[in-house]
Amino acid sequence: MVAQNIKHALFCAVITLIISYPILGLDLIAEGIQIKLSGADTSTYIGIAAAVLIVFLFQLFRPAITGSLSAIGAANPLRDRKPLPQDKRVRLERAALILIVIGALLWPFFASRGSVDLATLVLIYIMLGLGLNVVVGLAGLLDLGYVAFYAVGAYTFALLSQYYDISFWVALPLGALLAAAFGFLLGFPVLRLRGDYLAIVTLGFGEIIRILLNNLTSLTGGPNGVGGIPDPTLFGMEFGRRIKTEGNTSFHEVFNIPYNSDHKVIFLYLIALLLAVVTLVVIRRLVRMPVGRSWEALREDEIAARSLGMSRTGVKLSAFTIGAFFAGFAGTVFASKQGFISPESFVFLESAIILAIVVLGGMGSQLGVILAAIAVTVLPELAREFSEYRMLIFGAAMVLMMIWRPQGLLPMSRVHIQLKQE
Amino acid sequence: MLDVRNLSMRFGGLLAVDGVSLDVKEKEIVSIIGPNGAGKTTVFNCLSGFYQPSGGTISFEGKEIQGIPDYKISRLGLVRTFQHVRLFNSMTVVENLLVAQHRHLNTNLFAGLIKTPAYRKKEEKSLERAAYWLKQVGLLDLANREAGNLAYGQQRRLEIARCMVTEPRLLMLDEPAAGLNPNETRELNQLIIRLKEDYCVSVVLIEHDMSLVMDISDRINVINQGRPLASGTPDEIRQNDDVIKAYLGEE
Repeated sequence: MVAQNIKHALFCAVITLIISYPILGLDLIAEGIQIKLSGADTSTYIGIAAAVLIVFLFQLFRPAITGSLSAIGAANPLRDRKPLPQDKRVRLERAALILIVIGALLWPFFASRGSVDLATLVLIYIMLGLGLNVVVGLAGLLDLGYVAFYAVGAYTFALLSQYYDISFWVALPLGALLAAAFGFLLGFPVLRLRGDYLAIVTLGFGEIIRILLNNLTSLTGGPNGVGGIPDPTLFGMEFGRRIKTEGNTSFHEVFNIPYNSDHKVIFLYLIALLLAVVTLVVIRRLVRMPVGRSWEALREDEIAARSLGMSRTGVKLSAFTIGAFFAGFAGTVFASKQGFISPESFVFLESAIILAIVVLGGMGSQLGVILAAIAVTVLPELAREFSEYRMLIFGAAMVLMMIWRPQGLLPMSRVHIQLKQE
Repeated sequence: MLDVRNLSMRFGGLLAVDGVSLDVKEKEIVSIIGPNGAGKTTVFNCLSGFYQPSGGTISFEGKEIQGIPDYKISRLGLVRTFQHVRLFNSMTVVENLLVAQHRHLNTNLFAGLIKTPAYRKKEEKSLERAAYWLKQVGLLDLANREAGNLAYGQQRRLEIARCMVTEPRLLMLDEPAAGLNPNETRELNQLIIRLKEDYCVSVVLIEHDMSLVMDISDRINVINQGRPLASGTPDEIRQNDDVIKAYLGEE
């Protein structure tokens, strides 16, 4: 037993050394046209050695360590508590959501500009996560090309404003509807596909949209992107220092307050918040309607769903369309926030991150998706100092999460329905 | 009511069903029996639209339905259960019944989003119907359990209840007694008879449990190796030499 432990621990330590030494301990330095390999400084070597030692010791005493860890878990008084009764939990959840929304409404007036800007991004990801949650979490259709609909929404606004001077508020429904139309179109070829095959086709679709945007240079400007996307206005009031469009007034002049560039950021944040709340409420209702239930039925058992008169076509298309619709929303807000978009913003990694939000949050769970969206967007910002290792930390966090909480942060809990007992 | 003529189903070189005919009248329980692999479930799959039959006609209440997609057939009132229970496992028992009624509900998205009075009324009604059928199959107390966590016999009953909330005209049960203990089989027996008597539902039944089949069937069709072997009342079948040979082998 002990001998086996030592062998195993040695093996793990060697693997750690093999992986970490070339990555951290060696440096490529360009000298003129030559590239020279050089070692890192001593502190790095000490670090690597320490890591190897830690791995060795951890593996050696693993049973003891995990044993004491579970003792910590047992000390947690909340561990064995009974789940809350249904009505109490629903009330608690509703109260939490309302508090969050109220807090989110007031917060930007006290926070710094940078954090409000980040919060807008979080809200955009919340919209995307909630939308993808319909497709992946509820209908069980693995969609790896979700970013395509996001791109459609963003480019709709960008191009309409560039060519036809259309404002944000007109472009918002148009972008969402066009994204929904694309969702509907994508739905057709993948009607018969499930699981891996579906994932591959949607992945391809996402790439097609991105590559199209990249190569339709005459229309989209290709890799140069589209710039000069206007900011949203409030009843014809602009938030810039000077009025850009004829006939509009300026916010700070109407209210007779000094110009402050924060106003624009806060306004955009509030729009994103409004749209995120709309997304949340609409999807929350949909889930409890026949449409939402039929999504879940299709995920659970397609054959049984068909035998009960549900049309596979209708159910799948509605899931894709509604999911895409909200991505279009998010895209329009994103375009307006950035003021400039290019195909670079809609790469596969974005799809992967949105999917990670859904999976981390707990498939089908709205509160979970919101929490995960915050975590996935804010954590990398906090970890900016280790910017080189951000992706590494992100990956490690995912792996740990899947080991300890594979059902997600807040897994979906079923709503109990009170039946009349006669 | 249901009239099947010369049904055949070919999978490549294999003729799984060959010239099977079947007819079911109002308020009648008709059983299909036969040795394993005889093609009983294939017949069911053809009737319910999961397969497109290679030949023959199926008419249901005067309308030819062969080749119509499965979900449309079930909307006509021809609903089936499965040999292996197929429930929506992670949904609750009530939700299983609600989702089955989705086409009775207002499917208008906006009516549901703003909860119009008409929508509420319909929702209420479908809840009542779900509660009613849960009571009929004795699962009312388990209404908010996840369907996948029920005992096997309860799952079987839930599957039947799920068919019944769609208000079918004809119910097709594929081995409903498989895996049930004698007690549960007896209850199932009574349930099926009650469905026929009280709700005017015709039943087509595939079953290996002979006591159940002989007890409740009005007529029995025997299929062997895809071909019809015999048909008649339970008594006639019991004395039919061909049937005995097919089941017990020849001396």
